[in-house]
Amino acid sequence: MDSAFIIEKSVLIVVVFAITMVMAMYSTWAERKVAAFLQDRVGPNRAGWGGLLQPLADGMKLFAKEEFEPDTKNRFLFFVGPAIAMSTALMTSAVIPWGDKLHIFGRDVVLQATDIDGSLLYIFAIVSIGVYGIMIGGWASNNKFSLMGAVRAASQMVSYEVAMGLSVIALIMMTGTLSLKEISIQQSGMNWNVFYQPVGFLIFLICAFAETNRTPFDLAECESELIGGYHTEYSSMKMGFYLFAEYANMFISSTILAVLYFGGYNYPGMQWMVDNVGVNTANILGIGVLFIKICFFIFFYMWVRWTIPRFRYDQLMNLGWKILIPLSIINIVITGICILAFK
Amino acid sequence: MSPILITFYFLSAITLASAFLTIYSKNPIHSAIYLVICFFTIAGHYLLFNSQFLAIVHIIVYSGAIMVLFLFTIMLMNLNKEDEVHKPRITRLGAITICILMSVVLVTIFINSNPIVGDELPSTEDYQSIKKLGTLLLNEYMVPFEFASILLLVAMIGVVLLSKKEKTEK
Repeated sequence: MDSAFIIEKSVLIVVVFAITMVMAMYSTWAERKVAAFLQDRVGPNRAGWGGLLQPLADGMKLFAKEEFEPDTKNRFLFFVGPAIAMSTALMTSAVIPWGDKLHIFGRDVVLQATDIDGSLLYIFAIVSIGVYGIMIGGWASNNKFSLMGAVRAASQMVSYEVAMGLSVIALIMMTGTLSLKEISIQQSGMNWNVFYQPVGFLIFLICAFAETNRTPFDLAECESELIGGYHTEYSSMKMGFYLFAEYANMFISSTILAVLYFGGYNYPGMQWMVDNVGVNTANILGIGVLFIKICFFIFFYMWVRWTIPRFRYDQLMNLGWKILIPLSIINIVITGICILAFK
Repeated sequence: MSPILITFYFLSAITLASAFLTIYSKNPIHSAIYLVICFFTIAGHYLLFNSQFLAIVHIIVYSGAIMVLFLFTIMLMNLNKEDEVHKPRITRLGAITICILMSVVLVTIFINSNPIVGDELPSTEDYQSIKKLGTLLLNEYMVPFEFASILLLVAMIGVVLLSKKEKTEK
């Protein structure tokens, strides 16, 4: 392992970390702006031009707030909860291919922190660990409402993981690989997976909403029944971490949606660009295209939030177990028949 | 010492410590959390053996699914120290005897199996790759694989049946 490789990967990891943070920060701003736009308001417009400094102001406020701790015997676990939530939200970005490759200083720099064989499985592993942050935090708060909120959020995430995994299996059957890089390469041109797997995409999308605890599935937070949900007892930056983790998760799940179903960094005419304009320009454009897709999905999250009313908890569970799981199993069977028939 | 050896010692220390703490901690939730840490370090051991797939699946199945449900149940049951049933002396004596017998058996197996573990043969095939694993599982080990899946299916149906029965009888 030469030092250039280590430097290249370190730079990539730091840049991806920074981008995830900035995207999560500006998602909070975008959420308010989109909400304002959909409700015919102005939204934040005091700090900076168009309220662009609002996330910084929010961060400053959260840092400067008084730290309040509930009377709990599990002070350590109370600290660990938000830490787990935040780190699992950031860990997923390690296997995402942000672009094809760049040609810098005579080296081919692959724009992916690591390409492990089962990167899709890795993502599922990290997603399933993410539940601990919520459960431990909710339990350590020593508060019944927090516990109930945590149990709600966790059971919702566990239930929808099943349907999510099953919907991806149909995709894996089609692509024949678990590596996100391979999946991206296979979708070059307009060969996007969403055209072959529309049902799988829809199931994955719904499950992604449930996994990130976003509206219409944000039942962990419920003012009239559960106060603030699992982070009721949290204050200052610890609560900031929980909220931030939610936005980071939103960013990452949008990225995964774009990579799995919407062609990742591919755009029509990419091969022509590589041949005629140059590798670097074509691939930097590819990164830009990927971020446009991600931004669209983030906008979609917010759009849905202000369009669709919330579900009731039993409706949520019925949707997950009685509709999405059978639907994804049927999808797997149909995909199998199609592969047998056409390949 | 090579970095791999240092990693191995580090992981083993955490594995053993968390396993002991799982047994010793009075609070059931703390026990469960120590068990989660233990599972993670075991996944680390798998990575040291160069088996990524096994490590990831281990995390998904044990830490991500089974332990979450464990934690869930413990949290909902809300076990407190007051609820703890007093254990009679005979139970403790029995537990100790069984533990000693079990360790005797394990140590005997360990000593006897030592010569069987020979020098490892360098394999040309890359068993890390999921494709290889899949073809191996669905060709050579097809029957055990299918049996395992049938066993899991039966267990799942059994659980559904048991939980349904309670409701209808009232």
